Amino acid sequence: MTTWTPICRIDDIPVLGSRRVLREKGAAVALFRTETNEVFALLDRCPHKAGQLSQGIVFGSSVACPLHNWTIGLHDGQAAAPDVGCTPRFAVRIEDGAVSLKADELATLGTELPLPMAGPCLRHAA
Amino acid sequence: MKKMKLVMIGNGMAGVRTLEELLKIAPDMYDITVFGAEPHPNYNRILLSPVLAGEQTIDEIILNPLSWYEEHGITLHLGKTVVDVDRARRVVTAADGTVAEYERLLITTGSNPFILPVPGKDLIGVIAYRDIADTNTMIETAKTHKHAVVIGGGLLGLEAANGLMLRGMSVTVVHISSWLMERQLDTVAGKLLEKSLADRGLKFELGAHTAALLGNDEGRVRAVQFKDGREIPADLVVMAAGIRPNTTLAEKIGLHCQRGIVVTDTMQTVTDARIYSVGECAAHRGIAYGLVAPLFEQGKVCATHLAHFGIGRYTGSQTSTKLKVTGIDLFSAGDFMGGEGCEEILLSDPTAPGGGIYKKLVIKDDKLVGACLYGDTVDGSWYFKLLREGRSVADIRDRLMFGESNIGDTGHEGHNKAAAMADSDEVCGCNGVNKGAICKAIKDKGLFTLEEVRKHTKASASCGSCTGLVEQLIMFTAGGDYSATPKKKAMCGCTDHSHQEVRDAIFKDHLTSIPQLMQHLGWKTPNGCASCRPALNYYLISSWPKEAKDDPQSRFINERSHANIQKDGTYSVIPRMWGGETTADELRRIADAVDKYKIPTVKVTGGQRIDLLGVKKEDLVNVWKDIGMPSGHAYAKALRTVKTCVGSEWCRMGTQDSTQMGKDLERAMWRMYAPHKVKFAVSGCPRNCAEAGIKDVGIIGVDSGWEMYVAGNGGIKTEVAHFFTKLKTAEEVLEYTGAFMQLYRKEGWYLERTVHYVSRVGLDYVKKKILDDHEGRKALWAELQFALDGEPDPWFDFDKARVDTRQFQPLQPQLASSATSA
Repeated sequence: MTTWTPICRIDDIPVLGSRRVLREKGAAVALFRTETNEVFALLDRCPHKAGQLSQGIVFGSSVACPLHNWTIGLHDGQAAAPDVGCTPRFAVRIEDGAVSLKADELATLGTELPLPMAGPCLRHAA
Repeated sequence: MKKMKLVMIGNGMAGVRTLEELLKIAPDMYDITVFGAEPHPNYNRILLSPVLAGEQTIDEIILNPLSWYEEHGITLHLGKTVVDVDRARRVVTAADGTVAEYERLLITTGSNPFILPVPGKDLIGVIAYRDIADTNTMIETAKTHKHAVVIGGGLLGLEAANGLMLRGMSVTVVHISSWLMERQLDTVAGKLLEKSLADRGLKFELGAHTAALLGNDEGRVRAVQFKDGREIPADLVVMAAGIRPNTTLAEKIGLHCQRGIVVTDTMQTVTDARIYSVGECAAHRGIAYGLVAPLFEQGKVCATHLAHFGIGRYTGSQTSTKLKVTGIDLFSAGDFMGGEGCEEILLSDPTAPGGGIYKKLVIKDDKLVGACLYGDTVDGSWYFKLLREGRSVADIRDRLMFGESNIGDTGHEGHNKAAAMADSDEVCGCNGVNKGAICKAIKDKGLFTLEEVRKHTKASASCGSCTGLVEQLIMFTAGGDYSATPKKKAMCGCTDHSHQEVRDAIFKDHLTSIPQLMQHLGWKTPNGCASCRPALNYYLISSWPKEAKDDPQSRFINERSHANIQKDGTYSVIPRMWGGETTADELRRIADAVDKYKIPTVKVTGGQRIDLLGVKKEDLVNVWKDIGMPSGHAYAKALRTVKTCVGSEWCRMGTQDSTQMGKDLERAMWRMYAPHKVKFAVSGCPRNCAEAGIKDVGIIGVDSGWEMYVAGNGGIKTEVAHFFTKLKTAEEVLEYTGAFMQLYRKEGWYLERTVHYVSRVGLDYVKKKILDDHEGRKALWAELQFALDGEPDPWFDFDKARVDTRQFQPLQPQLASSATSA
């Protein structure tokens, strides 16, 4: 049995934009809405240098990572050639305009992947 | 669906590249059959010279191994020469009787070497230099024989001669002209090249006419005889006197040929619409190209038509030349000989270390029309770009000779000879790519062009200052060339229109929204891409202020969240400090915000402001509110800082109140979006403590008023600003600066800094618009003031600035109790 966790209304996501869904553990989940009102969810983490995909420009069914402009497919999380990499994708359900994600995926998917670091914490980490 | 049948005659680089392009876009459309006369799969013919020279092996230059053909289900007939095509029945026949039917035929028979019609040309030991068999013959002959003669002192001939010499033969180059490579070099460069090759041990017979090749009793060549009767010994004669398009088959089957198989812009033969031709055998607009980049471009166009996409036109290429003899750098392009109506700029240092340096630039009507470089070619690509773009070089003429690299290129440790670099040396300082990585990618992935290398390695893809080095590496590693097509560059893959065409259309057709524009100009994608949308958004709002609506989703994140994204997804906040002046009150509020929001780093910027780094996106709105200072737009393509010195108010040297001038300029023009970021500086005296000489607009106070400088840049290419004009009053400084900015805002292409804008249109043009046209200047200044009037501060007036505040609030998964099961 699949448990779906309600997240928001589809209208809470800007057209050709995104929202971030925080989780207890790991990187956030990025929810994207295309011009044709499809909604996709990816781990908010570019396979390149862990940039937040939710902050990128959405076009067609892709998003451009804001850090180094890798293009990631919303359908499959795959980086567009010649770049190589993949970010986990999450199942999305839309019912009467309500957007839900799978509870088990929210709890565990991609939680093992490290988050990017910047600033003084890098010095402590080194 | 039943597959169509495609037959390709010829198995060379251009043809196979066409198949690769076709398989990429329509993998299941055709049953493909390939006939190759040679017994080898597709290999990199350009690299035969390094193989001959012993620097590479045959295996290393194979581009598509037999397994590639198998993987893609291609029927490959090696060692079979096609001798006839029945165009009515659509059947090709090979010499051994093999037949294949086709619905589309691609003829890629390449070219044949030109064999001098002299007595003795059929003797044993007389060969051309065209394929692996020729190369192997040379390598074998060098083991057992001593004397080699190469007929032809062009590119191919010299590469052959160099290789044979390295294989231990005594080599004489016989050339009909009085200097080497006369089609690529002028006399001086040709002589320098000759000396350099002679120092290595090559012998030359220039201005020499070959009369006959003399044989011995065994039917092997023994000597070359000249018209004047002299003879030189020869156990091997290599004919490298040029190539001719191989049109034998095409002519036999009735295709129209004239200096090649005549094709249209879609690479279809003009005679038979089912038959296509690309490569050295094809004549496009009267030219049969022999370099790899144009041929690959033809292949790409041809593939889209074979795939029934019906897009893409090949419109010709401009080409340039480099020689693949390790250690010798030469470059030539365009009309390098000059002549009537041309002017020449020369630099000649024949005794410079490494065999001399010679550079000749040919200018006609203020445009660069030709270049010939010997010894130092790192600026070849820059010259080639100027040549292709055909822009006026009047304003940079005095610096043209010293190249792009003399104006402060950074990031590659000042290297200008790729061959001399170690594998671990960094080539691209922006993306941290070293020479070894680039060479490996070129070899492993079969890259040939700058664009391909940029895509795969990111080298030269950011600031571009290492482009010259990367092109040298492509040249030496893959034999790629500098050739490039379009003068007009499309904005991106979403359209064929250039930036200028889009700007013009927006203005002329009064376009005010992105969807309207995309429909009007026939955009190929439903909503553009991350490259064109920000440009379109800027063009619309700058062309139709107060009318076109800003589209936040078409802006880069920084301009959507009004802060600067950092590598960990936090943001930096830089409040505006007018002219770099602040107060205890402001500093206190900043300090309190740093404590309250636990901001990890506080840094003073180069633009005399304070940068708060590591602010969480959720906190941005409150940080702005608590600090209570205006947005510094440090994240935007907009007016950034106005740097000032303390000026006459305090400084004992100061002649003008530069701080006040800076504050006035900043207050007049803040909130101004532009094609790229814009920085000003104002110094109170010529000591110029505010570093006004490297800003988009720099103002320097002198006793009698203000000097205005424009189009400086402190970035990738440190560019000193040009003196623009001398002004008397502060009001004039505002008006002239504002007018210059508005001109740039209206005419600049997105992501083009003022330095690039001014270098594109020419400083004289800008002077005409701003200095000579008084009405025009005042109108521009008024336009800018109209555009900026009432513009909101995005940190405070969210609605008016169209800031979607939802972005600052992350979503929380709702509690398990409300979860539904299915």
